[in-house]
Amino acid sequence: MLSIHNLHASIDEKRILKGINLEIKPGEVHAIMGPNGSGKSTLASVLAGREDYTVTDGSVTFNGKDLLELSPEERAGEGLFLAFQYPVEIPGLSTTNFIKTAVNEVRKYRGEEALDAVAFLKLMKEKMAMTNIDQTLLSRSLNEGFSGGEKKRNEVFQMAMLQPKLAILDETDSGLDIDAIRIVANGVNKLRSKDNAVLLVTHYQRLLDYIVPDVIHVLYNGQIVKSGPKELALELEERGYDFIKEQFKAEA
Amino acid sequence: MNNELSAIEKTVLTDYKYGFVTEIEVDEAPPGLNEDTIRFISAKKNEPEWMLEWRLKAYNHWLKMQEPNWANIKYDPINYQDIKYYSAPKQKKKVNSLDEIDPELRKTFEKLGISLDEQKRLSGVAIDAVIDSVSIGTTFKEQLAELGIIFCSISEAIQEHPELVKKYIGSVVPITDNYFSALNSAVFSDGSFCYIPKGVRCPMELSTYFRINAEGTGQFERTLLIADEGSYVSYLEGCTAPIRDENQLHAAVVELIAHENAEIKYSTVQNWYPGDKDGKGGIYNFVTKRGICQGAHAKISWTQVETGSSITWKYPSVILKGDYSVGEFYSVAVTNNHQQADTGTKMMHLGKNTRSRIVSKGISAGVSNNSYRGLVHVGKNAANARNFSQCDSLLLGDKCGAHTFPYIEVKNNTAVVEHEATTSKIGEDQIFYCNQRGIDTETAVALIINGFAKEVMNQLPMEFAVEAQKLLAISLEGSVG
Ligand SMILES: Nc1ncnc2c1ncn2[C@@H]1O[C@H](COP(=O)(O)OP(=O)(O)OP(=O)(O)O)[C@@H](O)[C@H]1O
Ligand SMILES: [Mg+2]
Repeated sequence: MLSIHNLHASIDEKRILKGINLEIKPGEVHAIMGPNGSGKSTLASVLAGREDYTVTDGSVTFNGKDLLELSPEERAGEGLFLAFQYPVEIPGLSTTNFIKTAVNEVRKYRGEEALDAVAFLKLMKEKMAMTNIDQTLLSRSLNEGFSGGEKKRNEVFQMAMLQPKLAILDETDSGLDIDAIRIVANGVNKLRSKDNAVLLVTHYQRLLDYIVPDVIHVLYNGQIVKSGPKELALELEERGYDFIKEQFKAEA
Repeated sequence: MNNELSAIEKTVLTDYKYGFVTEIEVDEAPPGLNEDTIRFISAKKNEPEWMLEWRLKAYNHWLKMQEPNWANIKYDPINYQDIKYYSAPKQKKKVNSLDEIDPELRKTFEKLGISLDEQKRLSGVAIDAVIDSVSIGTTFKEQLAELGIIFCSISEAIQEHPELVKKYIGSVVPITDNYFSALNSAVFSDGSFCYIPKGVRCPMELSTYFRINAEGTGQFERTLLIADEGSYVSYLEGCTAPIRDENQLHAAVVELIAHENAEIKYSTVQNWYPGDKDGKGGIYNFVTKRGICQGAHAKISWTQVETGSSITWKYPSVILKGDYSVGEFYSVAVTNNHQQADTGTKMMHLGKNTRSRIVSKGISAGVSNNSYRGLVHVGKNAANARNFSQCDSLLLGDKCGAHTFPYIEVKNNTAVVEHEATTSKIGEDQIFYCNQRGIDTETAVALIINGFAKEVMNQLPMEFAVEAQKLLAISLEGSVG
């Protein structure tokens, strides 16, 4: 589904991604961990098409297409979704209206007809129940004045509404209370199918108790320096990143 | 300094879609302004002597006045002798019904999306259409007349209802008020007139569409709207003009009178030609709009969506004379490319327990300048007056400007006056967030600005809110990329 080869990216001449290789197959869940500033959000942004970053080398294919050639909205149309680490506020724009526009724009991209009000409402009700989101939140301005946790829940709700092929969740568990983490995990698990894939960026092994990943990668200094099964998360939780850093220095 | 247009700026550069010219024969006055011009206009309209005298008085006063220069706008001096002060589409005879209107004119209004017949009849909006200097027809007249409502062109009102015109014209905006209102009083050619009798709730939206068509002309329309005791009316004006390289002057005067317990809701969707992207051409929109809440519990509400004109200079105001009267001003002003807007309101609290509310939303893009200028005055007898003002500016790109000039004069210490102002920018991160959800940049900008302007858009009559939303999006197309 997604193959990343030797991806290099920089911002303002600063090199951040230094040769990422990653292969995600349909049905898989991959987790990315790594110390602050190692490039996790950068990777997510580059995949989503943020223009501030310059890709200096490497390639990314997504379902057979050259992802880097596509605009951000085309990537969304192709089924790529990013749950932002810091969701953006848009005052005055109702959350429902925003999501309705998003759903219908994506449908348009796929050559499907726009959902009418009735069909949209039905879909909304279903996903609201699934993600346990408060209706009043959806009638408010997009993310404006939302608490940190509410913003994250709104990201998960949008993910459920858009039913992406590849969902990238950038620290969606940070700032959530324990119940909310379960809800997020539940949402992700429900999305999981043999055709969909998930890339989870997280700092905590706790989320991985609920969403069991197929592989865990450790990103350090712009590279994936270690990959392993879910037990790797436990080891990291116990030992911290120091041993990875040491190892990395020794190799360099 | 990086001179490339930022991603955000590229979306604003679209073409003005109302810029066509209608080929019709016109009847016009030669350029230039002197007493003879005024006599010519007055004679063309077959006006009574008192009207001519009133005009001449205004003209003589105007001669002694100086063009104001305090606004935050810049333009080359206007040569008032180069302007044609009268231009009328030639109609073979007086039309008795709208079906007799010149087909070319009819097409013009259809191109503007204004159908003078069926369509609007269904949605229940009565329309007066003014092209250049004259009104070409008013719909729904008979139905309104049954309720005693008078809705016609001001020229017609001067003929048919001279007592009302004589009583009210110049009563809110005196001829001596300012340079442009004096000029308008001397040369006004047409406009709308409306009278709602006591206790009548006008059952439909009244609306006037103004269109400048002829070259080298100025448009000076005069609107007079009177709501008698306990009546209600909602009125909307729309404005467009062809694309021309020259600047054309539009200096209108609007006077509203709300008697005791009456309410007037006056909405404007102004889309005069704004000039091209290099700032060539466009309308100078110098307008005096003022309403008076004459009696207790009267209410006047101005809502404006200003997207056009190369220069806008206008401050719809309310004189809150009656006790417990209410004044409101809701405004969205968009400036793009080289447009300049200096707009706002004046709320003059004279009566006791008067209230006013100001919500101004300025959106600037390109290298435009957008200023809010507002005065809240509380007179010494205006006990317990309340005002709340909210002025928000939204910037697209970093070459445009937003300025806020609030003036507050309070002469009664029981008054409460509050003012809030914010400035924000459409951020690349907001656009990217929308993009990531599958929404392209143009749609994203439209969503963001409509969100920003929502409080004002909500004030517009339903029939026009959708049009106005589209207009906002169109006028900013190309400013983000
Ligand atoms: N605009 C920028 N200019 C310079 N450096 C930047 C810019 N944006 C990001 N960086 C740097 O790139 C590096 C990677 O940042 P990124 O946000 O990808 O880290 P992260 O792994 O997501 O960290 P965290 O766990 O804290 O979220 C950091 O050192 C950051 O300071
Ligand atoms: Mg991050």
